[in-house]
Amino acid sequence: MSLLAGLLVFLLFVQGGQSMINTLSRKEDEKKLLVNALGRKWEFTFTTLVTFGGAFFASFPLFYSTSFGGAYWAWMILLFCFVLQAVSYEFQSQPGNIYGANVYRAFLFINGMLGTFILGVMVATFFTGSEFTVGKGNIAGLGTVGPVISQWQNPLHGLELFVNLRNICLGLAVLFLARTLASLFFVNRLSHEVLEKRSRKFVLYNGVPFVLFFLVFLIWTLFAEGYAVDPGTNDIYLEKMKYLHNFIDMPLVMILFLLGVVAVLYGIFQTVFSEKFKEGIWFSGAGTVVTVTMLLLVAGYNNTAFYPSSVDLQSSLTLQNSSSSEFTLSAMAVVSLFVPVVIAYIFYAWRAMEKKRLSTDDLSSDSHTY
Amino acid sequence: MAIMETLYVKTGDEKWKNTTKFWQKIFGVNFAIGVATGIILEFQFGTNWSNYSWFVGDIFGAPLAIEGIIAFFLEATFISIMFFGWNRVSKRMHLTSTWLVFVGASLSAFWILVANAWMQYPIGMEFNPESVRNEMNDFWAVAFSPVAYNKFLHTTFSCWALGGAFVVGVSGWYLLKKRDIDFAVKSIKIGSLVGLVAFVMLAVTGDGSAYHVAQKQPMKLAAMEGLYKGKEGAGLVAIGMLNPAKTVYNDDVDPYIFKLEIPKLLSLLGYRNINAFVPGIADIVDGGYTLQDGTTALPFEERQARGRKAIQALADYQTAREEESDAINAGNSTAAAEAATAAANHETILRENYAHFGYGYLENGEDLIPNIPLTFYSFHLMVMIGMYYILFFMIVLYFIYRKSMSTTKWLHYVALWSIPLAYLAGQLGWVVAEVGRQPWTIQDILPVQAAASAVSAGNVITTFILFAVMFTGLLIAEVTIMVKQIKKGPDPVASDENMHTIHQ
Repeated sequence: MSLLAGLLVFLLFVQGGQSMINTLSRKEDEKKLLVNALGRKWEFTFTTLVTFGGAFFASFPLFYSTSFGGAYWAWMILLFCFVLQAVSYEFQSQPGNIYGANVYRAFLFINGMLGTFILGVMVATFFTGSEFTVGKGNIAGLGTVGPVISQWQNPLHGLELFVNLRNICLGLAVLFLARTLASLFFVNRLSHEVLEKRSRKFVLYNGVPFVLFFLVFLIWTLFAEGYAVDPGTNDIYLEKMKYLHNFIDMPLVMILFLLGVVAVLYGIFQTVFSEKFKEGIWFSGAGTVVTVTMLLLVAGYNNTAFYPSSVDLQSSLTLQNSSSSEFTLSAMAVVSLFVPVVIAYIFYAWRAMEKKRLSTDDLSSDSHTY
Repeated sequence: MAIMETLYVKTGDEKWKNTTKFWQKIFGVNFAIGVATGIILEFQFGTNWSNYSWFVGDIFGAPLAIEGIIAFFLEATFISIMFFGWNRVSKRMHLTSTWLVFVGASLSAFWILVANAWMQYPIGMEFNPESVRNEMNDFWAVAFSPVAYNKFLHTTFSCWALGGAFVVGVSGWYLLKKRDIDFAVKSIKIGSLVGLVAFVMLAVTGDGSAYHVAQKQPMKLAAMEGLYKGKEGAGLVAIGMLNPAKTVYNDDVDPYIFKLEIPKLLSLLGYRNINAFVPGIADIVDGGYTLQDGTTALPFEERQARGRKAIQALADYQTAREEESDAINAGNSTAAAEAATAAANHETILRENYAHFGYGYLENGEDLIPNIPLTFYSFHLMVMIGMYYILFFMIVLYFIYRKSMSTTKWLHYVALWSIPLAYLAGQLGWVVAEVGRQPWTIQDILPVQAAASAVSAGNVITTFILFAVMFTGLLIAEVTIMVKQIKKGPDPVASDENMHTIHQ
């Protein structure tokens, strides 16, 4: 799940790109080029999100039940903005689309801003906690609250998560990371001098706020209290600097995390300072995958509650108490052996389709454009 | 599209290529909406059915995850080659991609229908009172459940059927306008063949469906037929009108204003025996008839009592386990052993009564009855449309054979105005399947009221309205885009050949 999350955050460059179509260019043909460059990739991000959801459901059904059913509005807003995205590429250049290309581009903008921000906030709650209780006995009528196992205690149903400062920091960090990755993607993919130049500038404009917000979140989290699990009694308690301890207790995770961060920064710096360098997306992209994967391991490994409840510590979800049965997890493990095959044909398809960089000329000769 | 493109690659006829490309454009517009609706389904299991997600997530989540890994990536990757790859990959690679899109879409349908079938006919799992959920113990039983397999075929053929009806209908419009004649006739050839095969197979798999429903969900069958009092050698209502005066399931009011019945057919379809007893709604609520396995059906009150016994046993089990762990912590081994024995006893009671678990959440017998008119009319209308289409496609193929399709004007009108019927039939089928199974989210185990999230009705209504507004807006856009595309028609062959040579 951590790896899937890492891949998802990397692929959010599509959303990042969507959020800056209008700021990166003022000319229609350039905007069209940007839309089409992203339009050849958006389905991978979307599919990864859907697979991430399905896999989370299959492996941690109690998380799915608690978070989706509780932080209802947070997930619903995320859902809305992805539904809007799903039609916007295909519809925007079609005659008869009623609302006009700009409305669909506005949808893409909304998806780009909110999609990344909300996902960042939701990941942040793995460290900051949410207001819920879990009572598995409810289904047998043991509680007075009806048969529902997971109950959200805040009437805002997830909207309250957006006013927590630490959550906001990670939300903004993911937003600016996605925009940085998108700029790196444009530098790599486009055969268009003006846009490439502007994209390099945008790497800087977005890379700096990304680093700042991410550092604030990271340092704050490392020194904050974390949700620890007593391996003997399964009791959950607050531990000072828990996540820092996790890094220290798992040196491999820490080393990989730091390497990931270095790779992200290297991709950014090289692209900003070297005019010839076009491979930033690969360094920063791979770095993003590794960094996010490690960050999520820190949220759940080493006797840590990965989805903590801030109102009732003992309701917090741990890998043990929220996962599927061993049988189902084994079945899923077998299925995941299929993943290399998927990666292989995706790689093959990208190669076949992207032998050359995308230019405005391609848009008139390719049979299907957005 | 895959068949059309295969013909293009085999014959090298550019007209087939243009035909393929045109339908791919239409497909793309629909696909976008399909993607938009698919993600909603996934989210809503969590947001709106959170209890369900925990209670059976151990079984239900797996097909969704497998769908994502195996089917969605296949679709997403090769759809991109299908749309953008005409000038970028070889002919054969492109053809393979188009077929893989079809394979991916079908696999995706398979896994989501495995999940749906499991709700209608839960198998391959065991209840674990410790974790308070059902856990999978036989993956293959879930993946190859007879209900799933049949449902997959029925649903997939319904998609072919809609595709066939749509292609033939739109092509009928071109013939009416006397334009793109060759393209239209080519499309009709493929569309009507696919359509006829699909509708015949729909009848075959529909029969399979009815058989499974009779065995696993007798109430749904009774609702589909408006059958209140069961009988041996029951007939199938071909056409009928329900009596709105029938308000209580066990009053003496005749449920029909009129009906035309085919004798013995319902018994034959449901039980493969013309004299088999088909239980009616009253029989299922009140029990007392003999089941297939020779035992006597239990009345609702008894099943409710056993369900409550199971729920209470689960509660007692939980308490006993807590006492056990407290006793262990206090170092009192006698008390711990006693609590463990008590827990084991509660577990036995729970298992003995688990088949009735969901009945414990229901209040009275009427709760078992789905909306009868909706199920009844949906079912009958669906079947009628299916029969109509078999006839329709046979006529179309006859005119194609006689080579007079392009000049038979009345048939063009019929083809065009039949399109909505094909959409309607698909929707009606889902109404039968999903309304007919109420009140169960999981047959006999979890009714809807125990499956929903703890989110207030106001929140859900707000979301519903937002979705309704958004999708109405998108539907209008989708339809006008399609109409524009259709009016524009396929690209002329000559210019396309020019483009082709430039890129070679």
